[in-house]
Amino acid sequence: MMRQEYWTLMDPCCDYCLHSWDNPCAKYVVCRVRGPFCHKSVECREKRQRRVKEVLYGSQGVRINIGASSCGLAAGAEKVIEAVKDGLRSMGVEAEISAVGCLGLCFMEPFIEIRSEDGPSPIYGHVSPENVGDILAKYFEEGSVDGAFAIRRRTGRFKDEERVPLLDELDVWRKQVKWVSRNCGVINPESIEEYIVTGGYEGLSRALTMKPEEVIEEIRLAGLRGRGGAGFPTWLKWKICREQSSEEKYVICNADEGDPGAFMNRLLAESDPHRVLEGLIIAGYAIGASQGVIFVRAEKPLMAARLEKAVEDARRWGLLGENILGSGFSFDVRVMRSAGAFVCGEETAMIAAIEGRRAMPRQRPPYPASKGLWDKPTVVNNVETLAHVATIMAHGWREFAKYGTERSKGTKMFCVTGGVKRTGAFEVPIGTTIRALVYDIAGGPREGRMIKAVQIGGPSGGCLPERLFDLPIDYESLQEAGAIMGSGGLVVIDDTNCMVDVARYFTSFTLAESCGKCIPCRVGTKALYDRLSAIVEGMGSQEDLQLLEEIGMMMKEAALCALGGTAPNPILSSLRYFRDEYEAHILEKKCPAKVCSRLVTYAINQELCVKCGLCAKSCPVGAIVKTADGHFTVDESKCIRCGTCVITCPRGAVEKR
Amino acid sequence: MSRRISSGNIIESLQNVQEKHGFLPRDSLIKLSQDTRIPLSRIFGVATFYHQFRLEPPGRVTIAVCMGTACHLRGNAENYEFLKRFLSIGPGRSTSDDGLFSLEKARCFGCCSLAPVVKIGDMLIGKATPRELQRAISRIREEILREEAARETRG
Repeated sequence: MMRQEYWTLMDPCCDYCLHSWDNPCAKYVVCRVRGPFCHKSVECREKRQRRVKEVLYGSQGVRINIGASSCGLAAGAEKVIEAVKDGLRSMGVEAEISAVGCLGLCFMEPFIEIRSEDGPSPIYGHVSPENVGDILAKYFEEGSVDGAFAIRRRTGRFKDEERVPLLDELDVWRKQVKWVSRNCGVINPESIEEYIVTGGYEGLSRALTMKPEEVIEEIRLAGLRGRGGAGFPTWLKWKICREQSSEEKYVICNADEGDPGAFMNRLLAESDPHRVLEGLIIAGYAIGASQGVIFVRAEKPLMAARLEKAVEDARRWGLLGENILGSGFSFDVRVMRSAGAFVCGEETAMIAAIEGRRAMPRQRPPYPASKGLWDKPTVVNNVETLAHVATIMAHGWREFAKYGTERSKGTKMFCVTGGVKRTGAFEVPIGTTIRALVYDIAGGPREGRMIKAVQIGGPSGGCLPERLFDLPIDYESLQEAGAIMGSGGLVVIDDTNCMVDVARYFTSFTLAESCGKCIPCRVGTKALYDRLSAIVEGMGSQEDLQLLEEIGMMMKEAALCALGGTAPNPILSSLRYFRDEYEAHILEKKCPAKVCSRLVTYAINQELCVKCGLCAKSCPVGAIVKTADGHFTVDESKCIRCGTCVITCPRGAVEKR
Repeated sequence: MSRRISSGNIIESLQNVQEKHGFLPRDSLIKLSQDTRIPLSRIFGVATFYHQFRLEPPGRVTIAVCMGTACHLRGNAENYEFLKRFLSIGPGRSTSDDGLFSLEKARCFGCCSLAPVVKIGDMLIGKATPRELQRAISRIREEILREEAARETRG
């Protein structure tokens, strides 16, 4: 084993420790934090305790966490890290700087948190290179938490603690249950040591002391169902696969998260990749597989990189490979990057992709559990499902089953985006109402706006109107209303969005993503798209609405896989609840939300206009003309409704009508 | 790891080719077919099935417009149309006439809370507006032209 310059918890404490990947010790994981078990040594115990503190709060006792997952980086976290380093240097303060994952509070990215053992741990949002110096100076020089979004605890030792809310008191945090996302935004995802300090791999250690059947039983008692959307009981999938007599079996981690509006898998795997990997190893043990594949979406390279790092580190410390922790169970994992096709989320299509073919689903049965990858029994589990598995094995099924509803236990992560104040990824018990998620946690509509509907479950889901927001979200409850929980993406639609346009958007998505194998999907999505296009262009008729419903019902019945079978859902549900918007497009040739460009007209508000003439200059067809009295007006017969004038006008004087 | 998984996968081979050339040149596909004894038709089938692969060389800078739901709702459809006009990209084409920029629609980047998101090269722009995109692209174009001019005077 390669030695590092400094001792980490993963290393042997002294010569007594003999664990290595070729001579594994069953107690290796639990021994890291609570050991040593094999010999008595005060020194070795203290060495561990010291290191645990160092990991949690840095060697100087202060640690600055900066959220640096894809979203944080997009919001500028890298520059913030540099600015923090500069700021500390100029003040002469020594503190550990740590790139952590995402807290799920995307609306305030990039964030930093200053942690120390007995400090208030303030969290600051919207941090920029410009304001970070001020934040650090206030904390380290004035002893004040002024300007923080929230603090984790009140210590009475810092100024302004009373004026800053406690994190646990804020609606956005209080109403969540951080079960599977507990480490997200807290630990450095690239450090296996930090995962171990938070109890990582203890679920695996425990599972390996049990019989595979007992592991499956534990998951059955927990009541865990697949978090990818279908909601199939995880234990049953495992049991069927376990009972197949085959030398070779596989587990696949479905990390091909493709629903637009859903990013909880990316967040989890980027922020806490070892938890996902641990779940995968446990699944492998339960079904008797020797190989696992993590299939990652091409567009999410950081997620793939972090999972690859996790696999490498786990292998290095004997948590993957031959005879894991001396249990006799051997298992290895590889990460494969998808080349990008939404249909890969369907398990048989994913298997085709891993085998190097075009990702086209096939008829089921036989299900992958009996005939999957390379025709061998295969279990496909979603990222969040596997992370739940690891957490359940570590904390016991009772803790998990405390949350949720009678038929659907536990918690689920939801991504709330679109027209709300606080966008982000939130974990709540299954059965939480849409209203609690959208209004209490995500803060309700943006200033001056009105929420019209939510779109739940991506392109397979439906639009639910505001009056149904008291429905609890679980696998079954939404189906009757025409939507699904799906993978957990909630896109909030407000009065600036047009429902027909939304339906057309989803149909354009499924049209492009249809693999083309079965006719109902290949031709059906195109037919739906053409009808919707006619409607948004003002050329629709009442018969089109009937046709949309007919084609939609046909696809639901006849399509080969879930992609085609659920593709009409966005249309059927919005037709059900927002028929008036469709009719306005057809009968009045008007788009109530002023989104569909063919149905809006542009006009210049003379009160705001400063007559600079920029709009006339930018118009590509010369439709804006100067009248004799010096005003500018839009010649509707020439206007092609490109909207360039709206973008160009410095005063916002060009209005849509 | 089983050899079947590691060698049987032409997707990974294609990814490597594209990593090297920026696209999938015809000759590389023919060579891959000869090396692996997988029919060229099947390789072509795979290469055209997945979004990641392209058979034409890309522009110097790739602009990817996220077409996720949140980005769509917050205005990326308009941004895309604007970019097409601004870069004067003709119908059915994806690269600007000067060969500097190629424009593509991307599937969700998973940064939905920063919607609408546009990626120019490696730079992600959150809450993108046409005005901001115009500025960023003009700046990059100037930089490239300046570099080229400098190279010409040197060479």
